[in-house]
Amino acid sequence: MRTFVLNLIAHRLLIAGLTLLIVSFAVFFATAMLPGDTASILLGQAATPEAVAGLRAAMHLDEPAVFRFFRWLAGLARGDLGTSYVNNVAVADLIGGRFVNTMRLAGITTLIAVPVALTLGITSAMFRGSIYDRIVTILTIGVISVPEFMIATSAVLVFSVYLKWLPALSFANEVTSFWQVLKVYAMPVITLAFVVSAQMIRMTRAAVIDTINTPYLEAALLKGASRPRAVLYHALPNAVGPIANAIALSLSYLVGGVIIVETIFNYPGVAKLMVDGVSTRDLPLIQSCAIIFCIGYLALITLADIVAILANPRLR
Amino acid sequence: MTLSTPFSSKVSYSFSWVGMVGLAIIVFWAVIALAAPHIIPYPIGEIVDEDYFGPMSSKLLLGSDYLGRDMLSRLMMGARYTVGISLAAVCIACFTGTALGMAAAVIGGWFDTILSRFLDALNSIPSKLSGLVVAAAIGSSINVLIVMLAVIYTPGAYRFARALAVNVNTMDYITVARTRGESILYIIFSEILPNIIGPLLADFGIRFVFITLLLSGLSFLGLGVQPPYADWGALVHENISGLPFGAPAVIVPSLAIASLTISVNLLIDNLPKKIRDRSA
Repeated sequence: MRTFVLNLIAHRLLIAGLTLLIVSFAVFFATAMLPGDTASILLGQAATPEAVAGLRAAMHLDEPAVFRFFRWLAGLARGDLGTSYVNNVAVADLIGGRFVNTMRLAGITTLIAVPVALTLGITSAMFRGSIYDRIVTILTIGVISVPEFMIATSAVLVFSVYLKWLPALSFANEVTSFWQVLKVYAMPVITLAFVVSAQMIRMTRAAVIDTINTPYLEAALLKGASRPRAVLYHALPNAVGPIANAIALSLSYLVGGVIIVETIFNYPGVAKLMVDGVSTRDLPLIQSCAIIFCIGYLALITLADIVAILANPRLR
Repeated sequence: MTLSTPFSSKVSYSFSWVGMVGLAIIVFWAVIALAAPHIIPYPIGEIVDEDYFGPMSSKLLLGSDYLGRDMLSRLMMGARYTVGISLAAVCIACFTGTALGMAAAVIGGWFDTILSRFLDALNSIPSKLSGLVVAAAIGSSINVLIVMLAVIYTPGAYRFARALAVNVNTMDYITVARTRGESILYIIFSEILPNIIGPLLADFGIRFVFITLLLSGLSFLGLGVQPPYADWGALVHENISGLPFGAPAVIVPSLAIASLTISVNLLIDNLPKKIRDRSA
């Protein structure tokens, strides 16, 4: 039986690898096949045809696209992300420190969002149909149906315009005290936490309610267990798998959220780098950032699948 | 049909008032979008207020924007772009996705496997990321935006339609139609489609919300609808410097997006069960 589970997981990982290949193919061709000759764009209108031809050869632009794709892929595998068109710096150096920043933002958000979302999700399932449950449900639907930037702008309006607790839309580089760190991270983290928790609350609530609707839980209630006891001791252990799955899946919403949040709060992370890269059409930078985000997203989704496999006792 | 008690028949046909409110707001925005050029109080490019980020007043009902242009007029014209682009994109996405999904379910075999694998892989690119990559590569004219949004949301529509069609495909009347020698097109459009149309319509609405949100997000980043045109996301983008003063020019377009997306969600959640779960 163990080998069966291992096989399932290996199959999932294989699919993830295959997907990554297709995704990198899509990203490469979307950026490389489309109009505009990079060499002549780089050299400007005054360039001589010889100079353009020379640069094309130096950049391997005269080779077939498939060759360039594999060259690019091999570079990625070695950790060579190419050179930025705009300032001729290795893309890896541009991304380096910012990657840490983005991971820190995502990490802090996860630490805050997961406990809050689980508490709200489980308790609202426990008191299903109550006023409390309805308020939580309406709020989560509200957060899910509005764009992320609206949550960010609302946070700014509430915390810095009306309450004047936090600075608006600025990211100070000179951070000296712990208090300042807290102030600087507060707004981006609040926004991201809202986006991620709303999904997590919905999925957690649905997972717990699924378990509550089972005969054995009815039996627990009939033998006289209180509703909280029935949910916490009888339902929750069986909902751990779906809940872990829900956590990993909702964390994948970080990928979309972080793009908006880093831009609006001017946070020095990978997403901000990529958005800036789009306005200067810095293709190597965009490709690398896109692949990084795709890997993160795919890793979370695959993790969710594997957790679901591991948590299913029938497969163990 | 099955046994129907007076209670259930009443519930299944009547709209709840929440759904009606949602529908009313959607119709309201649709009318605004259609009539905008005839009812805007000022031309959208004209500077009518000597002050920028002016407050709401009787002359300028929603205040003025960062150049002193009338916000109400710009918001009304913005409805055309937000609703129009999203609607065009969702129509293409749902049509393509549904057609391919039903075809995959009926044809099966290699066609189904390869198509599903490929579209699932496309589905695992985060939607905002695809938007950024395309905007970088070919820029963002309105036609490009429509096609891009449609392509991004086709895999989801495909998956949904295929899952529904696979269920219907196992029914006896499909086997009967096959033995009768009907063509694949006949089976898809005359046997399967009518049986899954209800849930497909609900999915159409949900996908419309996703597309509206993505379009607004891209425009907010400055990578969606480009000036001189402006959808609601672009209106927030161009007026974001008014945020520290709490200017209506920033708040109102955000509220407009929220009112549209929340209304669609409310309408779908409160659709009569007969429409929503018709295949069940």
